[in-house]
Amino acid sequence: MGNIGILIDVQDGQVKETNYGVVTAAASGAGEKIALVVSDNAVDCKDALQKYGVTKVVHVTADTPVDSDPEAQGKAIAEAIKNFDITTLVGLSTAKGKDQMARAAAELDAPAILDVMALDINAKTVTKSHFSGKTYASIGLTGDVVVIGIRMNAVEAIEAGGDATAESFQASVGGAGRVTITEIKKVESKTVDLTEAKIIITGGRSLESADNFAILRECAEVVGAAVGASRAAVDSGYAPHAMQVGQTGKTVSPNLYIGCGISGALQHFAGMKTSKVIVGINIDKDAPIFSNCDYGVLGDLFEVVPALTKAFKEKLG
Amino acid sequence: MKVYVCIKHVPNTAAKITLEGSTAYDESVKFVVNPYDEFAVEEGLKLADGDEVILVCVGKETAVSTMRSALAMGASRGLLVTVGEQFISSGVAAQAIVKAIQADGEPGIVLCGKQSVDSEGMQTHYRIAKGLGLPVVSEVAAMAIADGKATIERELEGGSREVISVALPVVIGCTKGLNEPRYPKLPDILKAKKKEIKQIPLSDLGIDAAGKTAVTNLESAPERGAAKMITGDAQSMANELVDLLINEAKVL
Ligand SMILES: Cc1cc2nc3c(=O)[nH]c(=O)nc-3n(C[C@H](O)[C@H](O)[C@H](O)COP(=O)(O)OP(=O)(O)OC[C@H]3O[C@@H](n4cnc5c(N)ncnc54)[C@H](O)[C@@H]3O)c2cc1C
Ligand SMILES: Nc1ncnc2c1ncn2[C@@H]1O[C@H](COP(=O)(O)O)[C@@H](O)[C@H]1O
Repeated sequence: MGNIGILIDVQDGQVKETNYGVVTAAASGAGEKIALVVSDNAVDCKDALQKYGVTKVVHVTADTPVDSDPEAQGKAIAEAIKNFDITTLVGLSTAKGKDQMARAAAELDAPAILDVMALDINAKTVTKSHFSGKTYASIGLTGDVVVIGIRMNAVEAIEAGGDATAESFQASVGGAGRVTITEIKKVESKTVDLTEAKIIITGGRSLESADNFAILRECAEVVGAAVGASRAAVDSGYAPHAMQVGQTGKTVSPNLYIGCGISGALQHFAGMKTSKVIVGINIDKDAPIFSNCDYGVLGDLFEVVPALTKAFKEKLG
Repeated sequence: MKVYVCIKHVPNTAAKITLEGSTAYDESVKFVVNPYDEFAVEEGLKLADGDEVILVCVGKETAVSTMRSALAMGASRGLLVTVGEQFISSGVAAQAIVKAIQADGEPGIVLCGKQSVDSEGMQTHYRIAKGLGLPVVSEVAAMAIADGKATIERELEGGSREVISVALPVVIGCTKGLNEPRYPKLPDILKAKKKEIKQIPLSDLGIDAAGKTAVTNLESAPERGAAKMITGDAQSMANELVDLLINEAKVL
């Protein structure tokens, strides 16, 4: 009977809050809950991780710098899996998490299912979207080691208490890899990252200009929401592609999704249909979004959104 | 440079998926080249510089139609490893692709999509790379090749990008933004009909179709149904919505 490894997504030396849901998903499993923190630098996270049920925190490094070397990261994780007798590795399906899990799984020839919406950690079964969210597949994994990537916000973090030990592990990955990260081009944004956000407000073609997205940003700021866009808005140049929600954009799973002037096309739904609550604001009572959402506000977004900003301020402020 | 492009035969994303039994669906819908793989085909055509662009697909015999569409874009020929079932494990697909490529030639580059839109595995290219002993980079939104090296931009959350340097040959997972896939013209479509598609049964490669993952059930995603509609003047609708979100939906 092996242990459960929890791959922690560290960015700029910080543990993202969305990691804690992954710890909760692992907490019901048998064996030790071993957090793997892969970085050249120490990351202060033991207190936070043990609060959610981690029993051991391992700082993973390698005999070559890992932060700029994705291949070394994958190999170091594979080594740690063997060293700590990990039979199930769970992690967050961020760009970095997916990359690391796919590399480690390929290295070990272990099965992996990424971006799952639900899982039974002991039975090694998961539920994940197929066909752009049109169907949900139940999938079973078999093998000595299995890898499961969890969609952000899919599992709610629950504090579990407890104490964790801490140690470090240096993997031998056989020298520097062939893939080198030479630079990270950051976009500075005041708003919250889409895939991590608990609340998302999106705008469509009907916003009519990039400047008009300001009304969505004002509203978003009040509730700490992220702002997204439909493809029509992106293609019209009102928003960058990084903001696109949908099949060819980001897949998001917030608690609350508010689509403003979004018709509700299938390909848009592919990226947001697993949101807990969906609100549509649309001027057309026959807009498709109204036939597949929780609350529909029939009105002009240029009037409704500022009114909503005001209501948020008054009722939550 | 000899280019291999892995394309998957998938239902059009606009198609309605009608489930049949526990893990099957009505396959009489329109099938297409996996949308992310179209970026791979386009990039391959640009990079080949007159050399061959070879398509590799693991799928049912019906995948021939999808391979023809990519041949019409300009690819040279195709290798189709035939399998009986729709959902094969990523590990099995990768093994088949690796063996098909190794039996065919030496890749200068292997281009894939960052994910398939049917099973959304997000990993086959990593396994192909491992099998071929090559490095891999996924979510590639920009790429330039010079002096046997690729300089790549990889998309991260929130619009940030990693700039990556890697020597060729390499396996790439393409994403939107990399290029604009071309639309084939009629003469190209006609020409594609004559191009070679070599079919190789999976068993001829000595690969077992049973992988380490198995789809045990498929079900339609739950629909929410019609919205609870809120009407009235803007401010009263906004107030009512916020009250509902706090008290009824309990998401605020
Ligand atoms: C392969 C493929 C991939 C795709 N990928 C994506 C994707 O990732 N994401 C995505 O979003 N789309 C995607 N699409 C496009 C998708 O099919 C739709 O075309 C797109 O989502 C429509 O965007 P929209 O809702 O902003 O625009 P429209 O469909 O034009 O809808 C505008 C809506 O705004 C309403 N409206 C107008 N004025 C107002 C107002 N003042 N107040 C309130 N409401 C108003 C209208 O009633 C209408 O419902 C994809 C398409 C294809 C073929
Ligand atoms: N059966 C297949 N045949 C050919 N290429 C495939 C197949 N499955 C996956 N691929 C390639 O691997 C990429 C990632 O697929 P996936 O891991 O299924 O998301 C795809 O975009 C294709 O380029």
